[in-house]
Amino acid sequence: MKKVKVAFFDFTCCEGCQLQVANMGETLLDVLDLIDVVEFREVMSEKSSTYDVAIVEGSITTHHAIERIKKIRKTAKVLIAFGSCAAIGGINGMKNNFDLTDIREYVYQKDAKHFDTIPTRAVHQVVPVDYFVPGCPVYIPEFVKVLKSALMGIAYNVPDNAVCVECKLNENECMYDKGIACMGPVTRAGCNSWCINNGNICYGCRGIVSNPAEKGQKDIMEKYNISLEWIENKINMYNKPRELGELKTNE
Amino acid sequence: MSKNVKVNVEYLTRVEGHGNIVVNVKNGKLEECRLDIVESPRFFEGMLRGRSIFEAQHITSRICGICACGHTLASIQAAEDAIGFQPTEQTIKLRKLLLHLENLDSHILHIYLLVAPDLLGVKSFVPLIHTHNDVVRRALRMKKACNDVCDILVGRHVHPISAIVGGFTKLPKEKELDAMLEILESIQVDMAPTIELGASLKFPEFQRETEYVGLVNDTDEYPLLQGDIGSTDGLRMDKHDYKKITNEFIVPHSSAKHTKASRDSYMVGALARVNLNFEKLHPKAKKVANAIGLKPITANPFLNTAAQLIECIHSLEDSIKILKEFKNEGIDYAQAITVGLNENGQIPVKAGKGVGAVEVPRGILFHEYEVDNKGKIINANCIIPTGQNLNNIEYDMKKLVPEVLDKKQDEITLLMEMLVRAYDPCISCSAHFLDVKYIDC
Repeated sequence: MKKVKVAFFDFTCCEGCQLQVANMGETLLDVLDLIDVVEFREVMSEKSSTYDVAIVEGSITTHHAIERIKKIRKTAKVLIAFGSCAAIGGINGMKNNFDLTDIREYVYQKDAKHFDTIPTRAVHQVVPVDYFVPGCPVYIPEFVKVLKSALMGIAYNVPDNAVCVECKLNENECMYDKGIACMGPVTRAGCNSWCINNGNICYGCRGIVSNPAEKGQKDIMEKYNISLEWIENKINMYNKPRELGELKTNE
Repeated sequence: MSKNVKVNVEYLTRVEGHGNIVVNVKNGKLEECRLDIVESPRFFEGMLRGRSIFEAQHITSRICGICACGHTLASIQAAEDAIGFQPTEQTIKLRKLLLHLENLDSHILHIYLLVAPDLLGVKSFVPLIHTHNDVVRRALRMKKACNDVCDILVGRHVHPISAIVGGFTKLPKEKELDAMLEILESIQVDMAPTIELGASLKFPEFQRETEYVGLVNDTDEYPLLQGDIGSTDGLRMDKHDYKKITNEFIVPHSSAKHTKASRDSYMVGALARVNLNFEKLHPKAKKVANAIGLKPITANPFLNTAAQLIECIHSLEDSIKILKEFKNEGIDYAQAITVGLNENGQIPVKAGKGVGAVEVPRGILFHEYEVDNKGKIINANCIIPTGQNLNNIEYDMKKLVPEVLDKKQDEITLLMEMLVRAYDPCISCSAHFLDVKYIDC
């Protein structure tokens, strides 16, 4: 069987999701038996002009990036948005909470004009995406599932139920019962409630569920005296780009 | 000598982040020699404004996937300094363990996957799967082992979960201490052939002495988490004065150099640390350093990779020592802290400024925050090691190019790439750039 050619590309991100791949250990060699990685700049010098599957990390934040992702989309048969930055815009979207001129000037003062930046977008807001692997960083068992689905040509749907479901199965004490607000009730599951298992709260890095049961949320907010400001503040950490539509041609 | 050389490496591979190398020699004369940074700006410092100081760790950890634990520790230190919080001895010790794991993990990745392919004459570790299968397996095993220990200690290595301002949200249980020890002892087994491999690698010959900057202290501990800023030229200052060397300002397009201490440029990272604090290394690490001929002051930047190997041994041995101490003395689980302390007001907050200075894999990292009396961030500044090294890399390139003009263009290009890679640059880390060159990309 001819191996499927896979290429990794990075846009605006920390490259931690690619690193998660390197952290797979010897399992990585089993994966490499199935696929032919033809480009992976972080760990390889080889390059390729053709590939079947493009695994894209990072969000789209410059004009140059728009052109680059369009080229990748044209070449790839399958495009995987890999990690929260690519899948939902992620932490880079916090920039969209500010006026772009203001934030550029804050960091680069009078030289701000040299640093091109556009509102942060997820990859699917610029080109069509076939598979999503949200998570900051990605949860490797889910990535393996997505990769298998892509190789077999079957769909993969990111879970659309709340993190709370997994959290309950893990028998964690509910953060709300400890008097602490948590994004679990509105965040898509699939990470095995990673952060809460380790004593932290959920920050919503996997994206918001499509039906967040607003009435139920209101009850929770009232019962535990949580302000709308807190919820907005946390949503704006990873999920700000969802407010933007698809990229317009003149942008 | 009349020779033309044009090196143009776009998107240098096997480094973290995006950088280009440009070298231009006309009629044997070096006309241009640059390392350009083309990473998309991310504006982390700008994004932090208005956020709670208790969120700073979570956000700034995302500056970099490779040194997420390093950013976490620098961020926490700056935050605690700003609000005047003093962590417990147990917390400090656990943080030292986390920092060791970070350095070990990152150095192994760099030595095996990023540098070794050049020295073995291949483009990446992939061809090595066939020719050096045991080496690749060992590398991936060691990498995963570090990762597994971090999983136990802080939930995961990439963007750690339980290390926050105040301490740890989860403390390792007794059987988890055993599990971490067992994994680290398995790394000890793999370390022996790693040292052999390291000793067999032939690094390019090149000398350019510079000023080596890193943390220093007055104890016999190899300083990684705490200390003053010091250098091999005798510089010593409190961490709060870090701007005196990072010279934090941006000037218009010019060759003006920004990061300098006593000379035109300085180097940070494993080689700088080993040069500064050689005597404080673990005896096993010193023994190997002596065996491979690495001693202060080593002025060949290519040997930064060898210094990383020495630090691997040090961090591994010291991690095991720390874990054994915890096993003997026990862990005080009452010190586990609850996230969201700020909301409950358990940690008092006051207005102030704070600095974190931590030795992360690539060198000394600074975070600085200014908060108001509610703990909201007013100003933030992050100075990463690679930003400090850029200037030094260019001085190295300028000295190296004329020395190797008799080589073929391909060989010169590879040497330039190897030089930059030796510094293990972490470009996406650049919260912002110190030495800015404007190129439209």
